[in-house]
Amino acid sequence: MSAAFDVRYTAQLARLHLSEAEIAKFQAQLSQVLAYVEKLEKVDVSGVEPTAHANAVFNVFREDAARDWFTPEDALANAPRSANHLFIVPKVIE
Amino acid sequence: MELTSLSVAALQEKLRNREVSPPEVLRSLEARIAQVDPAIHGYLSRDFDAALKLAESADVSLPLGGVPIAIKDVINVNGEPCTAASRILQGYRSNYDATVIQKLKAAGAIPFGRCNLDEFAMGSSTENSAFGHTRNPWDTSRIPGGSSGGSAAVVAADEAFASLGSDTGGSIRQPASHCGCVGLKPTYGRVSRFGLIAFASSLDQIGPFTKTVRDSALLLNAISGRDPMDSTSLAEPVPDYTAQLGRDLKGVKLGMPREYFIEGIDPQVDAAVRAAIRHYESLGAEIVEISLPNTEHAVGVYYIIATAEASANLARFDGVRYGHRAEGAANLLDQYGRTREEGFGPEVKRRIILGTYVLSSGYYDAYYLRAQKVRTLIRRDFTAAFEKVDAIVAPTSPEVAFKVGDRNDDPLKMYLADIFTIAANLAGICGLTLPCGFASVDGQKLPIGLQLLGKPFEEASLLRIADAYERSTDWHRQRPPV
Repeated sequence: MSAAFDVRYTAQLARLHLSEAEIAKFQAQLSQVLAYVEKLEKVDVSGVEPTAHANAVFNVFREDAARDWFTPEDALANAPRSANHLFIVPKVIE
Repeated sequence: MELTSLSVAALQEKLRNREVSPPEVLRSLEARIAQVDPAIHGYLSRDFDAALKLAESADVSLPLGGVPIAIKDVINVNGEPCTAASRILQGYRSNYDATVIQKLKAAGAIPFGRCNLDEFAMGSSTENSAFGHTRNPWDTSRIPGGSSGGSAAVVAADEAFASLGSDTGGSIRQPASHCGCVGLKPTYGRVSRFGLIAFASSLDQIGPFTKTVRDSALLLNAISGRDPMDSTSLAEPVPDYTAQLGRDLKGVKLGMPREYFIEGIDPQVDAAVRAAIRHYESLGAEIVEISLPNTEHAVGVYYIIATAEASANLARFDGVRYGHRAEGAANLLDQYGRTREEGFGPEVKRRIILGTYVLSSGYYDAYYLRAQKVRTLIRRDFTAAFEKVDAIVAPTSPEVAFKVGDRNDDPLKMYLADIFTIAANLAGICGLTLPCGFASVDGQKLPIGLQLLGKPFEEASLLRIADAYERSTDWHRQRPPV
């Protein structure tokens, strides 16, 4: 399985640019990590349910009530760019 | 005795007897930090004036009244930076308190100082911080452990009375072990994660670093409990965690898992842990050999599940709402890609790639789903063990603190540093480390930690067992040469 591992393609999925040097280095390092984790193939997991969380908690509801939280100013306080109570981003629609 | 070397409990006594005031405590601490932190670099920042304001109005009759507590720089404190030791959050300022901070403040404590860590809590040495290494107070050529290396080092070096860290695969217990402190990872769901920057949401828990077991109980008292802001926190009753301290160990059964006493473990660590177990026997505990047969799979399972969750959690760092944004991007995709390239360090990038890969189409079943199933087997191991014993005793780490720079280019070797701590996070149980001796390496004394693992929500029993050992030994009283 690790033979199919392609850092360049995976980085694209992760929206992460990498330098050529990083691609080469991560390809080697992570192939080693994948070869290690592939030992799990040998474990018999037939009929075993997956564990997503240590405590199985389902459907936690709360009152849908308004409460004090961030003002627009608070929400935008850490924005790299903002104006008129909005985040400024590069143009998305042509 | 210097004021700053006191435990939280001893400091409280002085505060309540009016021998010292909260502002005086804070000034002594600030002086100590100025003296030793240049050599340790446990703190990334601190706001003395803000803390002083809280100290001036502190009510010392409250459970933690007037006690300054250092905070790992991954937990939000209103008005303070919260960088996760990452360039992507440089300049970020929190505008809310994490639930644990609200609770600490309600208990009268003063959050003071932001502790260094591996970037986004990913690492075992604190060398992955974007803002410089933290050094081990016992030997500054060595790492303090990680990821909460700053939180451990500042407590060990008496530049904090106690601190908070977070533990996803051992990030509280391993550095506490390497620095000679008490470190507690509560049961998953015991402490609210609201306001903790998420790394792996099904594994993360916040917990205390302290100089004594009693202090650990005092902090756990303050931060535990169900929180409507974290749907994974549970409404289990919160007992007084100090109530069982001082009791003997009659009738207590401790399990010694054979998979944790293996070849490759440092002989001095092995000897110290075995001696500690004999000590427990002399205190009246019954030692039972047990087996946790799926232990060898824990690291593999962890690096699939933790990186998968991290890749999803870190998707939020896109340069739009907060944090760093790359300049002059051609379009939105380019902005995402370059912002993340510039903002994240190498280990974070590695884990995002690995996590994205194991979740990607065609590989999900083979890696992620399979890892979740093996996780079930690891949980079952503990459930079966806890039918026979009250708690498990084992080494916290297979080794003592290694030299700075030793493992920088070998991620797999670094990942194996967490071999004895990871299973507790996967199973969701509680774990604690406390000092149980010293190794002598190149003429330096290096702390060794004893790990206790307990049943879900049985922290009180774990603390009682730890306290019985601590009361009859003096490892925890020894201070580093810094």
